[in-house]
Amino acid sequence: MARTTKKPAKKPDKQLTAAKDERWLHFYRQMLKIRLFEEEVNQLYLGAKMPGLAHLYIGEEAIAVGICEALRRDDYITSTHRGHGHCLAKGASIDKMFAELLGKEAGYCRGKGGSMHIADQDTGNLGANAIVGGSAGIATGAALSAKMRGSDQVAVCFFGEGALGQGLLYETMNMASLWKLPVIYVCENNQYNEYTHFSETTAGEVTSRAAAFGIHTESVDGQDVRTVHAMAQKLAERARRGDGPAFLECLTYRFHGHHVGDIDRSYYRSKKEEEKWKTQRDPVTLLAEWLKKNKLADGKLFQRIENEVSAEIQEAVNFALNAPYPDQDEVRQHVYA
Amino acid sequence: MPSASAKSGIATREITFGQAINEALAEEMRRDPTVFIIGEDVAEAGTPFKVLAGLVQEFGAERVIDSPISEAGIAGIGVGAAMTGMRPVVDIMFGDFITLTMDQLVNQAAKIHYMSGGKLKVPMVLRTTLGAARRSAAQHSQSLHAWVSHIPGLKVVVPATPYDAKGLLKSAIRDDNPVVFFEDKLMYQLKGPVPAEEYTIPLGVADVKRAGSDITLVATSSMVQEALAAAEALQSSGLSAEVVDVRTTLPLDKQTIIESVKKTSRAIVIDEGYERYGVTAEIASAIADGAFYYLDAPVKRMGAMDVPVPFSPVLEDQTVPTAAAVAEMAKTLCGKR
Repeated sequence: MARTTKKPAKKPDKQLTAAKDERWLHFYRQMLKIRLFEEEVNQLYLGAKMPGLAHLYIGEEAIAVGICEALRRDDYITSTHRGHGHCLAKGASIDKMFAELLGKEAGYCRGKGGSMHIADQDTGNLGANAIVGGSAGIATGAALSAKMRGSDQVAVCFFGEGALGQGLLYETMNMASLWKLPVIYVCENNQYNEYTHFSETTAGEVTSRAAAFGIHTESVDGQDVRTVHAMAQKLAERARRGDGPAFLECLTYRFHGHHVGDIDRSYYRSKKEEEKWKTQRDPVTLLAEWLKKNKLADGKLFQRIENEVSAEIQEAVNFALNAPYPDQDEVRQHVYA
Repeated sequence: MPSASAKSGIATREITFGQAINEALAEEMRRDPTVFIIGEDVAEAGTPFKVLAGLVQEFGAERVIDSPISEAGIAGIGVGAAMTGMRPVVDIMFGDFITLTMDQLVNQAAKIHYMSGGKLKVPMVLRTTLGAARRSAAQHSQSLHAWVSHIPGLKVVVPATPYDAKGLLKSAIRDDNPVVFFEDKLMYQLKGPVPAEEYTIPLGVADVKRAGSDITLVATSSMVQEALAAAEALQSSGLSAEVVDVRTTLPLDKQTIIESVKKTSRAIVIDEGYERYGVTAEIASAIADGAFYYLDAPVKRMGAMDVPVPFSPVLEDQTVPTAAAVAEMAKTLCGKR
């Protein structure tokens, strides 16, 4: 949980402000946790300790945190192959996540899902999906289910701009709009469909695609967690009170490659472009600067948070590295419920 | 055995296959408020086959949902609703259209339980049709149950009588796994005894529809009726044929099939799916494996001709196995010609 150096204020309005301030520090901690988690994933992968693929979320942390902090624990999310950030932001434990990434029995899915399929129903995470756009049906169906059961849960469907090429998204947005379902389609536009700039694959305006179905659309700076969060709160409240679906485009940038093995990226984007985003548009730095400017944190506090998060991550990685693999007979279990 | 009670005639009425499906859905919807139907023209129209007539009047448009013509979308919404507390019955009008739902069935529904290490479940039924000979040409006549029978995590039901259709559909709806339920379009008007009392039939249990000693005819769905007609014809030629209805292709009740062939020493497998790489191949292989030393003749397979289903009646009629062809094949295997 977020810590603050401030003492509780006596006046109610100041208390409120203090709580809000603490909230932003919590956001910072959450974003930093994703950043350091992903850096550790990169190290595990490069050190040949992690099997398979890893698609890092570094650079996009403000979206997962800004959105998930506007949701309740029992609200649903569906995630993508680049899903570690969503999973953490919705409240997953890092030890079970690392264990899953390493294929260990203690992982969220007993080592059977791996990086691209982490699901955690306790935090409403219906799972990451390795089919681009593949979870549009699941999120929309969860929203239909919430409505039919008379709950006021909201479903958030995270996807990258690459999913704009998939028909399923349009089929389900049409139904979500027709039936006023409580679902928010969050398009994380990091500008690259794998190794191709989205301008080469996407005709027209991104938001006008959803607007065509009569869906409320918004577009925000995905690097500014406060902006993302404010919009997410608005859209979640809207959905919760029965005003129907929304489509939110978050403009962002993938600091690393499509996956950790995507090292030489010069054939699809320039080093200069990457440097510009990393030095000027880093969501963690942007929030830190704002916190500093508003005197809500100083270098000492940032250092303390970083030390704490690093220690937490090291402990979780060690847990996962030392955890046992599943038994051989696990392979035939859970094919059927 | 369930079929014994059907044959005993206690409180048994004669209803059609279509009515049996309708009754199963109505009874399950009355029993369990989480069961709902979604599909194209399922409400007032009651589907083109009128199988769902009257359901929207009893359960309302909230539980019998007319959808856009979006097969992938409704399958996906079904998956999401099933994962979050509902029991959807997705109606896909023609079996040929399941090709449009493949990602949602194969990559999502079938794998979610396993990928999540057993935490998430997809209790969804996808009802669709199979069968040629309606002069509907190549895109409305296929029997594609082999496609889904190939996928671990799915269950596949191919009922052959009104009695089985009702009992199996009720079990399918109560099952915690995704079940694909194929109904032969030509069988909707077929009448048969169905008790008025509540009953279910477990998935994965084959049924000996006719006892015999000279040859086993293993059949599915529409072909069970052909096999029964062939057995009747063979009787007058002095041959006693046993007819085994597999009822579900996944799980497949190999034991009942093998026991029958051990008794008769000869077998023909008949199915309306394409013969090449089809359901007949899987069952023939199971027989070869389980009853090899009992066989007096090679196991023969009879499936749909490996051509797109043609329109012209004189061409279409050649593509599907008939009772006469099955009887001829049986006589050849028994050395009676």
